[in-house]
Formats: sequence, C-alpha cells, structure tokens
Amino acid sequence: MSVTTAPALAAVDPREVLRAQVKWRWLETIFWLATLLPFLVAPTYLVLGSQIAITALFALSLDLIVGYCGLVSLGHAAFFGFGAYTAGLISKAGWGEPITGLLAAGCAAMVLGYLTSFIIVRITHFALIMVTLGMCLLLYEVANKAHSITGGDDGLQGVHMWPLLGHFQFDLYGTTAYGYAIVILFLSFLVLRRLVNSPFGLSLRGIRENPRRMPAIGSPMSNRIRTIYTISAAFAGLAGGLLAQTTEFVALDALSFQRSAEVLVMLVLGGAGRLYGGLIGAMIFMIARDQLADMNPQYWYFWLGLLLIAVIVFLPNGILGGCAELLARWRRKA
Amino acid sequence: MIARTISLLFDGFAYGMLLFVLSVGLSVTLGMMNFVNLAHGTFAMIGGYTTVMLMRNAGWPFFATLPVAFLVAAAASVVLERVLYRRMYRASDLDQSLLTIGIVFVSIAAAAYIFGTGQQPVQLPDYLRGRIAYGDFSFGIYRLFLVVAALVITVLLVLGLDYTRFGARVRACVDNQRMARGLGLNVDAVFSITFALGSGLAGLGGALGIEIVGLDPNFAFKYLVYMLIVVAVGGLASIRGAFVTAALLGIIDIVSKYYVPEIGAFVLYLVMVSFLVWRPAGLFARR
Amino acid sequence: MTTPVLQTRGLNKNFGSLVVARGIEIALPKGARYALIGPNGAGKTTLINLITGMTRPDAGQILLEGEDISTLAPAARVKRGLVRTFQINTLFPNLSALEAVTLAVCERRGEAGTWWRSLPSYGQAIEEAHRILTTLMLAGDCERPTRQLAYGQQRLLEIALALAAHPKVLLLDEPAAGVPKDESSELFKAVAGISSDITVLFIEHDMELVFRFATRLIVMVAGAILVEGTPAEIANDQRVRDVYLGQAHHG
Repeated sequence: MSVTTAPALAAVDPREVLRAQVKWRWLETIFWLATLLPFLVAPTYLVLGSQIAITALFALSLDLIVGYCGLVSLGHAAFFGFGAYTAGLISKAGWGEPITGLLAAGCAAMVLGYLTSFIIVRITHFALIMVTLGMCLLLYEVANKAHSITGGDDGLQGVHMWPLLGHFQFDLYGTTAYGYAIVILFLSFLVLRRLVNSPFGLSLRGIRENPRRMPAIGSPMSNRIRTIYTISAAFAGLAGGLLAQTTEFVALDALSFQRSAEVLVMLVLGGAGRLYGGLIGAMIFMIARDQLADMNPQYWYFWLGLLLIAVIVFLPNGILGGCAELLARWRRKA
Repeated sequence: MIARTISLLFDGFAYGMLLFVLSVGLSVTLGMMNFVNLAHGTFAMIGGYTTVMLMRNAGWPFFATLPVAFLVAAAASVVLERVLYRRMYRASDLDQSLLTIGIVFVSIAAAAYIFGTGQQPVQLPDYLRGRIAYGDFSFGIYRLFLVVAALVITVLLVLGLDYTRFGARVRACVDNQRMARGLGLNVDAVFSITFALGSGLAGLGGALGIEIVGLDPNFAFKYLVYMLIVVAVGGLASIRGAFVTAALLGIIDIVSKYYVPEIGAFVLYLVMVSFLVWRPAGLFARR
Repeated sequence: MTTPVLQTRGLNKNFGSLVVARGIEIALPKGARYALIGPNGAGKTTLINLITGMTRPDAGQILLEGEDISTLAPAARVKRGLVRTFQINTLFPNLSALEAVTLAVCERRGEAGTWWRSLPSYGQAIEEAHRILTTLMLAGDCERPTRQLAYGQQRLLEIALALAAHPKVLLLDEPAAGVPKDESSELFKAVAGISSDITVLFIEHDMELVFRFATRLIVMVAGAILVEGTPAEIANDQRVRDVYLGQAHHG
C-alpha cells in the first residue's frame, strides 16, 4: 500500500490526460483515407466493399451495447432486418429517394429499439439472452408468414432506388453503392466516436465495469441502458436500410439468428469495446468469407467456429486488444 | 373430433417428453455453474449419430445403442469440459455464449463432413412401430414408449436428486456454491459429473428423437431454441419446472402447428418472450 | 432541537426466519462521527443496505433531513446526499481512477447523460475529480486503471467515489477492511480529513480506531441496537462487555 508514498509528481493537467485519450490519431486518418483506395485499385471489389461497410456499421451499432455497456444481445439482427424491410417497403411503395428512405429505416428501428428497451432493462443474464433471441425469432416469423407484404421466404422483390442526390445512379459495379455506404459509415462513426468519448460514454463503460457501483454513485442506470439501446437500434436500422437500398432486395435472412451471431463474432474477433474493433472484425470476416466462398459453406462454418473458439480462449480482447497489449509490453521493455 | 384432439394432445405430450430429456441436463448445469452452454444440442446430436452408426454399420438393435449413445455423448462432454469449458467459468455471459456457439458451428460442419447433410433414417424394431387403437382413440406405440421412458427418467432423476448422497451434493452446489466450497465439497468434481450426466441424457434424447424430429447436421441449432425455452421458462436447475415447461411446449407446438399452421412458431416465441419479461427467473425459480 | 440529518424509524427486515434488523432507530446530527460496531452477523452491513435502499425493508422509514426517502431508488437517494462505500471493493476495474471519479462527479452534476459533448470539455468536473484524488493522495496514480492500483489505494478510491457525490451523510462499510493493521490508521486519517459538514457513520472492528475517530458509538447485536453512547459510556457498559467477552469465549 502506498498511501504514504504518493509521489509528488510535477502537476499533471488532468484535462490533458483525458484529452490525450480521445484525440484523433494519424492512424485514423490513414484508415479512413484507405477506405477510398478501392475506387482506384480494386474497382471490381466495390460491391464487396459496400457489403463490408454496411456490416461494419452493423457491428459498430452492436458494439455500443455489447462492448461498451456489457450487455449481451443474441438478437440484434431484429433491428437490422427491421431497417432493411422499412427501406425496402418504402421504395417498393414508390418513394425511391435513398437518403430520406434511409433515415426512415433508422427511425423505424429506433422506435422498435425504444419500445423493446423497456423490456431489456428489466432482465439480466440468461433471461436477457433468451429474450433478445426470442424477439429476433419472433420478428423473423412475422416476416416469414406475412408473405403478401414481405415476400416471405422469397425475399422482398421490386425494390428500386432513384439516383443518389438525384445524380448518381446505383450501378452494377457498386461504385455509387460503395461511396454511399462509406460516407454513411464515416458519418455514423463520427457521431458514435463523439458519443463514446462523452460523459455518457463514460457512464456506459461504468455500467459494463460494475453495474453494482453505478447506483451508489447516483447513476440512473436503466435510463442510460434504454438510451443506448435505442441509439444502437437506430444505427443497426441504418445498416439494414443501406443493405436493402444498395442491393435493391431484402432477404428474409436479414432477420436471422445467424446474422445476429455473425455480427457478434465479428465484434469479438476485432475487439469489443473499441470502435475500430467492429470495423476491423467486419473487414476480416467479410473478406475471409469472400475468399472462401468457393468452399462448401459447411466448411466455412467449421473454420469460423474454430476461429471463434481460439479468439475467445486466447485473445479475450480481440485482435485489436491483442495488438494493444503487445504494444504496451513492447513500450514497457523499451 | 374429440378423439382427434386427444391424440393431438398426446402427440404433443410425447414430443414434450422428448424435449424434457433433451433439456433437463442443461437446466441443472446452467443453474449450478451459471455457465451459458449453447452447445448442449451438440451432445444430443452426438447421441443421435452414435445410434444411427451403430444400427446401420454394426447392425446393433435399437435398444442396445441407447446406452452407448448416452455414454458417447457423456464422454464427449467430459473432454470438452476439461479442455474448454473449465477455463471459461468466470468469463462473461458473452464469452461463454460465443465459445459455445463456436462449438456448435464446428460440430455442425463436422457432422456434415462425416455423415453428409441429409436426414438420417433409422429402422425401428417392429414392436415399436404402428399404433394401438382403443375405441376411437389411437396412439403411436413409439410415442407411448417415449412417454414411459421419459417418466422413468424423471422419476430416477427426482429420486436421485432427493435421496442419494450425490444428489444432496448437487443440490448444495446449486443452492450456494460458495458455501458448498467452504464446506469442503469438491464443487468442480460434482459439476463435471453432473455435466456428463446431463450431456449423456441429451445424447439419449438425440437418439430417442430421431424417429420424431429426425437427425441432420443442423440438429444442434434447430432444437437449441426449444431447449433454451425449456430451461429459461422452467427456471434454472428445476427438474419440476423443466418437466412442466417441456410438456406444455410440446403440446403448444404440436397443437398450434396443426390448427393454426399459418402463425405456427410465432405463438411460441411470443409466449416465451412475454413470459420471461413477466417472470425473468422462470416458472419454478429457486432463487 | 434541530432535525437529525439521517434518521430511521422502526426498520425491520427478515430473511426467512432470520431477523437481520429489528426496530432499528438511529438519529445522526449534522457533522457527527458515528461508529457502528458489533459482532459478525449483527446486521451492520444490512443496516447500510437498508438505509441506502439496496435492500428493501419489511417495515420502517428512513428520513434524510426530515424528509421521508423510504420509497426512493438507491440512485435517487445518492442524489439527495446519502452515499455509501463498500466493504468489498466495488470499483470499475478498467477505468482509471481519474475516469472513475470524473464519472461520479458528472453523475452528481447531472452531466453524465450528455452524449454530444466530449468528456475533456467538462473542465470543472475533471478539475474537481482531480482535487478529490489529490486530497486522498491518489493523484499520482490517477491515470492507471483501477485494477492496477495497490489494494490500499483501491480502498481510498472507494472513499473518493463517495466524496464525488457530495454526500451529506456518508456511510463507510469497513473502510479499512483487508488493510494491514499498521496501515489502517493511515486510511482513517483520510476519513478524519473528511469535511465536518458531512455526517459520517462507519463500521469498524478495530476498537482502537473506533475510539480514536468516533464521537459516538452504536452497538448492534443480532439485528437490533443494543446500546448507543459516547466512547467512554460504551467502554464501561457491562452489556457490551458481555457481548464481546461472550464472543471471545465462543470464538
């Protein structure tokens, strides 16, 4: 115990300490500039690129509740799929303007998130896992049976988008789709980056770190959880809406358990509780799946499962967490 | 009409009994270690494939394969417990869920690789096939057998838990693990054995279920939801709760699929979610 | 007579057949230094749980500055100035000490729900957190994650988090629990340094510390208050001696 030996350090400015933690790094600039590279070097991969960007946004939204707040959700696809069907149905109804349609998708998912958040705050642990899973399955069944509206098993056909901003046609090569998805991802990222670095973001980490202490420092924990759940749902809805608009199709699989599980896998792979974890995880996951696409899907799941087990056992903080630890160790030695 | 309803109810009950055998082990182990084991269905699948292989390739009779299905599933669970689960007991819900989902993925792919993706048929012995009629009512013999088997298992479990030394230890560990540890009980060993027994029962369930629900590589996922419902709604570590819930679940599922096929599983999920919101700890909560 | 800052009326609580609180009546005046003592299992921590709302009493009322707060949620009681610490460290392992205390300050100031402004722009809150850490001799290590702090520092952080809530009443559950005896008086010096505007009730087993830092003592036995008085009165009370000697006999 070093109660008596508090070192008389040269006064550190506590504000600077916290500012240093949230400042924009040059690596981040490079990362986001690099997202423009596919336009130049890999135009044949733009379709895949837009899928990655959409999935990354979905992973980012899940990170808010899983990584920052420490709650488990096995049913986040509910919001993704809800956003996707909303965007798809709006277009099918004759309004093909992308941006308003996308906002509507986000808002619809947000409302659903807000309503379900009242359920979420009441339960914990196993019941929470089951209820999130159950709500997603429920929505899946609704979409499956409401064949006349959603197309059921066959998916929602006949989605047609007007040109983006009245100018950029959605093309087969995915040029517009990729640009659109990356811009939405980047804007969302900026908002969420601000959010996690705010006092609110700090209180979310507090909930993750110790939900017992939070009431003892006067924190209205249920309100916080409801807020973040609603926000997270909104961004998941945006991601779903983007998928519907860029592919001009909604498959029933947008609401499936597999999608909920996969996005969790990506998040854990990249590193939960850090924004870039979801981005990196989505990238690795989607590229690996694309490369192994010729493989029988059964084998893909085999390697995926093995990878998942390995990450959980050996890299509990994901790839980024592992990197951070290596870096810290290297610095201590130096 | 009444006869139809009665036999539907009976089919539902038989199906529920199958779900009970499949899920009861998960209920006890989850209640004891608070370990979220989403790979329970994998052990059921292992049992199912064991029976299929023994009958088809080795020509064993159906009944002789059942204890082997139990043992193989139990043995597999012991290996997994030693190698993987043990180091995750103190991990978060999330890590536990994901680890076990990983196991499910691997097992589904492995089953598809080894046995192919198709349904695995079994040839039941003649005396288990057909129906017996009693006036207007008629019941499938295999389903009758299933109900009897499940009731025997239930009685054995309840008696074992209430009247044996080992049962007392299990109850102590479920009620208060820290206290049990403090009293010098080897909680880890008790858990390992319980886990093996529970997984063995799942294996037995998988073998018994081939005739009713079929067997293919997706089994581990398809019936996971049902098992989880039984555990969550029944309440952790409650044999009584699991029994009642499984019976109701089976009946609701069969009856609703018969009368209102267009909404089917929807009813089930809705009932489960609203029930868990109303009583998060389940029907017969111990705590 | 002025109203006591904290008062309880007839608090009762049973866990099944076990009575953990029976007709508890206490009244703490402003700025008082009370020690709550009693053998293990007497219900001391339970009393703190009842007062702070973490356990719901079967009967009875809790009044803060004369106002009935019995129906308020724990977080709302903290907002009113009724704050506690924990016997077993209940901290945020991966937050730095500075982040943790800043969080507590932001919660008190009602700023922790804001998500559109970045944390470093809350200069006043951060400065205040740093001041609290400085007075508790934690400023030097405030950047390190809590889990890396020495055990004694973590005990101090327990108190820092509570102080950040600007308590009127501070309930300290064995602030020196687990700290070696020769260092626990250091910890109590930090307790003694707490502003005299704040009413303090602490649980402690070490009688030397109790007599040194408390102006009044409450003795609990088997869920009920046995006696309340000044240190001198308690030291000479035959019933208290019986309880403690009896303990020694059986223990």
